[in-house]
Amino acid sequence: MFEIILIMTMAIALAYPLGRYMIGVFSSEAHFSDRIFNPIERIIYRCIGVNPHTSMNWKSYGLAFLLSNLMLGIIAFLILKFQHVLPLNPDNIGPLSWDLALHTAVSFLTNTNQQHYSGQAQLSYLSQGTLIVTLQFVTPAMALAVCVAILRGMMGGRNEKLAKEGAERDLGNYYVDTVRGIVRVLIPLAAVVALILSSQGVPSTFKEAQTVTTLDQSSAVIEQTIPVGPVASMVAIKQLGTNGGGWYGPNSSNPLENPTPFSNAIETIAIVLIPIAIVFMAGGMLRRKGFTAMSFAVMALFSASFIGFTVYSELQPNAAFNELAASGPNMEGKETRFGPELSALWGTLTTQTSNGSVNAMHDSFNPVGGLITRSGMLINGIWGGVGCGFVNFIVYIWIAVFLSGLMIGRTPELFGKKIETREITLLGTLIVLPTLVILGFTAITVALPSLTGNSNPGFHAISQVFYEYTSAFANNGSGFEGLGDNTVWWNVSCVITLLLGRYLPLVIPLAIAGMMAKKRTVPTGVGSLSVGNVTFAVTLIAVILILNFLSFLPAAVIGPIGEALQLATTGVEG
Amino acid sequence: MGINESVTKNIWIGLRFGIGFLVLCGGLYTAVITFVGEQLFPHQARGSVIVHDGQAVGSTLVAQAFADPRYFYARPSAAGYDPTATGGSNLAPSNPELRVQARARSEQIQSKEQVIAAAIPVELIAASGAGLDPHISPDAALFQAERVAAQRNLTNESVTALIAQYTEKKQFGVFGQARVNVLKLNLALDQMKDK
Repeated sequence: MFEIILIMTMAIALAYPLGRYMIGVFSSEAHFSDRIFNPIERIIYRCIGVNPHTSMNWKSYGLAFLLSNLMLGIIAFLILKFQHVLPLNPDNIGPLSWDLALHTAVSFLTNTNQQHYSGQAQLSYLSQGTLIVTLQFVTPAMALAVCVAILRGMMGGRNEKLAKEGAERDLGNYYVDTVRGIVRVLIPLAAVVALILSSQGVPSTFKEAQTVTTLDQSSAVIEQTIPVGPVASMVAIKQLGTNGGGWYGPNSSNPLENPTPFSNAIETIAIVLIPIAIVFMAGGMLRRKGFTAMSFAVMALFSASFIGFTVYSELQPNAAFNELAASGPNMEGKETRFGPELSALWGTLTTQTSNGSVNAMHDSFNPVGGLITRSGMLINGIWGGVGCGFVNFIVYIWIAVFLSGLMIGRTPELFGKKIETREITLLGTLIVLPTLVILGFTAITVALPSLTGNSNPGFHAISQVFYEYTSAFANNGSGFEGLGDNTVWWNVSCVITLLLGRYLPLVIPLAIAGMMAKKRTVPTGVGSLSVGNVTFAVTLIAVILILNFLSFLPAAVIGPIGEALQLATTGVEG
Repeated sequence: MGINESVTKNIWIGLRFGIGFLVLCGGLYTAVITFVGEQLFPHQARGSVIVHDGQAVGSTLVAQAFADPRYFYARPSAAGYDPTATGGSNLAPSNPELRVQARARSEQIQSKEQVIAAAIPVELIAASGAGLDPHISPDAALFQAERVAAQRNLTNESVTALIAQYTEKKQFGVFGQARVNVLKLNLALDQMKDK
């Protein structure tokens, strides 16, 4: 327990200065980091043909975001589809099928890193070492840029003082924001984390794998090939950018990807570092201390209670081992050096943040652990993914403000900007969307057993399917990995889920922020709703819980809750 | 600027943006960091391989299969201890298949160690996350000590002392679990003179 508190304290202590630094990175005023990074960025702007001084309104910002994603997606698909004729393929790995290439491209483009291929075996060095690492840097920075633009919009845009009511507002320059996020935030952090991980034993080389002769030649395994590669540099950005797609199949449970308890602590901190820093950054950009405190408190409360439930769950015995060994915690799919508590901590944080990397197998978690991890993905705004997590949180805030306004009989407004019919209609779409997509696809897949590819029977089979679509929609990428998911149905249906789960929840809030920015600012008065207090925090918590309970409680009953009750009453057959 | 013109312009920028960052992140960052990491930590960078008598006998980060009763064994592997095909069982606690596997492991250990089921540390019948867990807990090592000592004509005390010597404490006193690296322990056993 002490270790969990220590890791979280370290994460928050590091996130605070990072958040302050990011305010400077994304402000239009001069910043001390300019001296180091301006020359590099000038070269980049020239190469990509961008004038960094142009400003964008929400429409041109959104268009630039969508079209740069489209182009990146096409590049990614082509590299994966034609990796067999492209360079850096010493093992002569063949092309991916069209559906697998499409799923892999979209999965990494949407910052999800859901993997339906099997690790090193199906990807060339160009695909894995170059393309995927690039997407792991670029995609979190893109969402962070959209988040920053939304925050500017909430303050009326960068031209608030000069613009008239109804005039278009300057939300910044999309390309500048993205480039700065990569160059000034992600690359420096990733470099530091990668070197720490190398020191702990994560491979870092372009040399070939070594083959060893094992000690016990009477055993079934007399030789082992120790797979290496430029692993540390990828693992660092995988953790920092809420990406989650690892070098090796079983991700950070593999001792080569996460060798020691210290590397585990660093990788765990890296999962939440930027998402927590964004809370501090947002408060600073909005210049509202009370808002920061309220946001931080609500997220911390959710996060801490979820961690508590998962730790409790995994400290319980695994029902399958009943009376076959001494009673102990659930160690199936977990590593000795981490033990149940650190596996539960990682499992909780990686699903709250849309990271999706794992250091233990979630499929083998006890039912309550499985319930909590999927709840983190459904809420998708407890710290949340880089950029997109805080945008989801703002959506919850807008809904809570609207409901509070109705309850006290006033026009709902946030920071002096009214939330009216147009905005609330769009917000409504965002509430219905996950229910429709996740439950819809789960229902279709479960109804046609030939499609599912389950590895587990009963309640857990439904959970496997539900988890896969939830993970895709939340752009998380973790899985109940026993699922046989490299089929045309799984690839195509997940591609649709991934796209809907990525672009609508980013572009719709951008549109709302852009439209609200143009409105006249209502002066703060006695009747204004304050969001920086306990009353609003409680309302917000209630909104988050009620929305998710209404949508997903029945699905949980025929999933982990049913499984837990079954284990408690009849145990495991066999 | 019209909408069509704007779309064309953004497509062009997007293309150059994608290629530019392929070079910067995928190429330059990966190359520089990998090179620096390998220069600073050459042993770790290539997979922490142990060389014994001029031969590469394994990686401290990769569990091996130990069948000979003269050796300590590691945790069960759902991947057959193959570092190129790693993975966990991914079986749910409610899955009868997991119970079948666990029963087989439990019975095998009961006959190997001549103990009852309730004496077996649970991690020894639970498959690890990646199938390569190089460690067992000190309890799971002590549990095997008597058999190893008997097989090698060593005293129990000398084997227990060796386990204590090879027990890694929590890192920096706080991080993770106390653990014993099975490969290192078995290598040390082979070094001991029979008493």
